[in-house]
Amino acid sequence: MTGTIQNRESFLNNIARQLGRDRLKEPLQKPEWKYNPQDKVLADATVDDLVEVLESHCEKINTTFITTTKAGLTVALNEAVKNYGGGPVVTWKDERFTHWGLNDLFNNEWPKQGLEYHEWDYTSGDDNIRRAEQANVGITISEVTLAESATVVLFSSKDRGRTVSFLPKTYIALVPKSSIVPRMTQAAKKMREMHQDGQRVPACVNFISGPSNSADIELQLVVGVHGPFKATYILIDDL
Amino acid sequence: MPMKIGNENFSERVGKGINNSFMRGAVAGAQDNIGARRLHAVEELGNWEEWRSHGEEIRQHVLENLDYYLEQLSENIANRGGNVYFASTPEEANDYIRGVIKKKRAKKVVKSKSMVTEEINLNSSLEDIGCEVIETDLGEYILQIDDHDPPSHIVAPALHKNKEQVRDVFTEKLGYKKSSDPTELAWHAREMLRQDYLTADVGITGCNFAVAETGSFALVTNEGNADLVTSLPKTQITVMGMERIVPSFEELEVLVSMLTRSAVGQKLPSYVTVLTGPREAQDVDGPEEFHLVIVDNGRSKILGTEFQSVLQCIRCAACVNACPVYRHVGGHSYGSIYSGPIGAVLSPLLGGYDDYKELPYASTLCGACTEVCPVKIPLHELLHKHRQVIVEKEGRAPVSEKLLMKAFGLGAASPTLYKWGSKLAPSAMNPFTTDDKISKGPGPLKAWTDVRDFPAPNKERFRDWYKNREKGESKS
Repeated sequence: MTGTIQNRESFLNNIARQLGRDRLKEPLQKPEWKYNPQDKVLADATVDDLVEVLESHCEKINTTFITTTKAGLTVALNEAVKNYGGGPVVTWKDERFTHWGLNDLFNNEWPKQGLEYHEWDYTSGDDNIRRAEQANVGITISEVTLAESATVVLFSSKDRGRTVSFLPKTYIALVPKSSIVPRMTQAAKKMREMHQDGQRVPACVNFISGPSNSADIELQLVVGVHGPFKATYILIDDL
Repeated sequence: MPMKIGNENFSERVGKGINNSFMRGAVAGAQDNIGARRLHAVEELGNWEEWRSHGEEIRQHVLENLDYYLEQLSENIANRGGNVYFASTPEEANDYIRGVIKKKRAKKVVKSKSMVTEEINLNSSLEDIGCEVIETDLGEYILQIDDHDPPSHIVAPALHKNKEQVRDVFTEKLGYKKSSDPTELAWHAREMLRQDYLTADVGITGCNFAVAETGSFALVTNEGNADLVTSLPKTQITVMGMERIVPSFEELEVLVSMLTRSAVGQKLPSYVTVLTGPREAQDVDGPEEFHLVIVDNGRSKILGTEFQSVLQCIRCAACVNACPVYRHVGGHSYGSIYSGPIGAVLSPLLGGYDDYKELPYASTLCGACTEVCPVKIPLHELLHKHRQVIVEKEGRAPVSEKLLMKAFGLGAASPTLYKWGSKLAPSAMNPFTTDDKISKGPGPLKAWTDVRDFPAPNKERFRDWYKNREKGESKS
């Protein structure tokens, strides 16, 4: 469905008039920028260098960093959830969990332990939000991971609710090693390519770097304001 | 609140600021703290000047082609099912937003921090139609429950309050019973606000940057409040100043990085959120309906003038944190929601010289603001231009300058007054003095002290020294 646009012509004509010319009608090409300093950041770093940068920045943003293999993921994730005090746990609905062998943990192991688990299910509507709000741990997956700022990037969809990363008390991001790039530059390029290839840009792309925080009272850092109090990244060696 | 805050005149406001010793200590501490973090964050890049040049070229290109990019933005938003309203005035913006609120029969609005909505006085416009409006940024929330205390800093709005004052406000207004520990205070606000997010009908946000090519826009926070504001209510309204736009994700990335490094010294904040249109058909969270309101409110009058570069601003407040005048007088002295050097340039342009002709004089023209600006706005030159316009074209100098010139005339004409003046000099220079050398000189001294120290004004004036020497008492 197409939305409405109101009051545009007079508004934009006025801008053109102030700029001393007619309205621009031909498609405008972006100029070749004279400077591109962003491309030089960590340009020569290897993947392992980037992992090191990521890990060291996690410490600065109060985020626990764990590395594991695909085979070790079930144990590592179970431990991370236990460290945060157990359930209820809410996750996206995502094939990658199955691919990484987590189904048994989610659907057999946790129920057996009495740990409440909810997988996002768009057919049950707002019930998902209620579950996320009551959850102790939210688990999502990084599409692109920025080493420089220790940032995970999430793409929303009907199966990948935005609030899974915000409403629960604590947050765990699964980070495939193959998703690591130097910085936001590469993520922005990837998003732009998606658009240019005719794919829809996700309605919500979250760049998340650690837990929620604020310094609004006397500039003292408080961790856990509106979003999670704690965050853990689990790096999965998938290369 | 509107852009203009309070009804006191400039010198009354400054008098209050200078006599508020907690505020002055807090501002000085904040400037030192954030200033050092900013410096570290930009220096570790190793080529900050190149970043600044890139920031500048992006912002200049956008302003030169603003009509094109706004048209492209609006087309792309409409294609994704969003609605776009172009508002020339605050009244048009508020009327449109009230229309949406009424149509939705909305009773409760949650808001994330937005300077442009302050500028158009949106909150009171919505309260007038019986709507409850709740600010969710912790700093803004504190100010709002304290009977709408005005913000004193663009990035840290409640900077002028100490934690005991915050506790007292919480105790009085929220029945809070715990300590003045910032963590306990913040967690109490979290509890209060969680329910509001879940029950609000409409979420209202500002816009850090819109992206023309995809019809997207970005919100930058550390608290995550903007994310709850944009994922829980069924209707979302985003208000943007018309110049806050970039061509594509590639330029968005650069400016967000520069914004957060310059504002608080962070590589990235906890949350950068890029939203495109309303939720998709089967999505569970995110708004079903999305409106973008693009506000002019005097900005177009700045285009094509010698002040155009002020529209390059990305609202990082690095200039505020570097300004020696802001340090001493605090944010409320500016009488505008936009304080510091950017406020002194922008407020007279948006609000007129009648209310703001004093602000361009609230500067030593030392140029510290221009040096830290990530997008290279020549702030101190624009302040100087304002003074030229005020004196030459408007034919009026503000009271402070007239007094100054009068005082200079008097002072130079009377030896007694001259002596009094030079006696004051050492204490006025104290903040810049270490071991009798001035290492960070203000104003005209700056160029000199950049390369060497300048001898501090002698604690013993020459006249006193000479007199003492005559008496044979001086040890100098």
